[in-house]
Amino acid sequence: MPTSFRSTPRMVGSSSASGRGSKNTDKRPVPQGYRRYPANTQPPYLYPPYKATARRSPRKPLIVLPQTLSEITGPVFGHEKMAETDNDLTRQHSGDPLGERITVSGRVLDDTGRPVPNALIEIWQCNAAGRYAHRIDQHAAPLDPNFTGAGRTLTDAQGRYVFTTIKPGPYPWNNHPNAWRPAHIHFSLFGTAFASRLVTQMYFPGDPLFPFDPILNSIPDEKARQRLISKFDIDLTKPDWSLGFRFDIVLRGPRETPFEKKR
Amino acid sequence: MKRNGDRKRDLVPTPSQTVGPYFQIGMSGSREISCIAGHGVRGERVKLVCAVFDRDGATVDDAMIEIWQANSNGKYNHPADNQPKSVDPAFLGFGRVATNCEGICVFATIKPGRVPGPGKSMQAPHLEVSVFGRGVLKRLATRIYFAGDRANDEDEVLALVPKARRSTLMAQPIADEAGAWRFEVHIGGSQETVFCDV
Repeated sequence: MPTSFRSTPRMVGSSSASGRGSKNTDKRPVPQGYRRYPANTQPPYLYPPYKATARRSPRKPLIVLPQTLSEITGPVFGHEKMAETDNDLTRQHSGDPLGERITVSGRVLDDTGRPVPNALIEIWQCNAAGRYAHRIDQHAAPLDPNFTGAGRTLTDAQGRYVFTTIKPGPYPWNNHPNAWRPAHIHFSLFGTAFASRLVTQMYFPGDPLFPFDPILNSIPDEKARQRLISKFDIDLTKPDWSLGFRFDIVLRGPRETPFEKKR
Repeated sequence: MKRNGDRKRDLVPTPSQTVGPYFQIGMSGSREISCIAGHGVRGERVKLVCAVFDRDGATVDDAMIEIWQANSNGKYNHPADNQPKSVDPAFLGFGRVATNCEGICVFATIKPGRVPGPGKSMQAPHLEVSVFGRGVLKRLATRIYFAGDRANDEDEVLALVPKARRSTLMAQPIADEAGAWRFEVHIGGSQETVFCDV
């Protein structure tokens, strides 16, 4: 099992804006505000084809918050202690899990293309048979005693991360008759602020279930939907070991700062 | 460099997706933080009981609530907070807990101090809240204020909220339990909580 999240809270030094060790030479100012998401790149709260949204969506207009200090700050996990197997979901038990071993790797960037270092990424997924190690999952598929399906890591100074895991299976769910989720891995990211918090899902290229999945299709913009589909990458593929999938994650970028305007 | 807002957006941001029903595998369980402020942390102790309801008023037993808050001085433990106030090293200001079978989760924390708001205003003590859950395609963001705090009248963010709905952002003191507060999140329905576009 991955190590506990409950470590002693520590902050990243405000002068260096973080970096494990001295690798990070990034001297960017800390963002003082974040740009709004472009229209149609995020799902709505109410999306009737995904039935659970009907009872769990607000209907009154949202209050557009001015981004105060409360929104441009957020928990910083740059010094979290990671166990060696936290980002290798295939080595968390005494034996090897069943399934196709894969490497999932990419970069966390802001929407201007700059890397987000020291971002905490947490993932969770079902096993190769499509069953989650969770008491409420009753899918008639076997549990794997060698697979929990939880991982976490921090991005490096260039925003890079890597996980080793097995390819999750598709599984049925009760949204509509004969509903199946395409294979996916859940990703949770703490960017640099409350405003940039993101939880999402990564899919695999060419999945025939895409047209039938209301969760993926809740995103109106085609380009934005494509963001969630990882790409097979022969360069990430380790000979005789694992297939490589690239998945870059783009968080909201900073608004221009007064410092930049002067240049 | 172009004017603010004119800069070319290079990359489409990654869209949100629901946490689904199994998020406890990756974001809760051993990775829960219900104790935001331990014994060594300065400030007025607060036991915060959060209850989550759906549009029909039914309890939501598979949601997760995250809290982000300043310390009792009104200082965030984050490099973007450059106020000349001290950080409490024992206090990060972050917590998260999944709701239980009764749709409730509990945090042990302290009441935050006031932090700067728009212009030269000071905000009333508040917590930033994210609500995640099955059927919630993107996090629901809201705020928790403390009912009866006189600073609420000066808070410029609260002033943006129609008066009739401000009470949805107020934690209420729990009778006969000193320091205990209750906050209800209503995801829809007649008591719908005010949610924020951050």
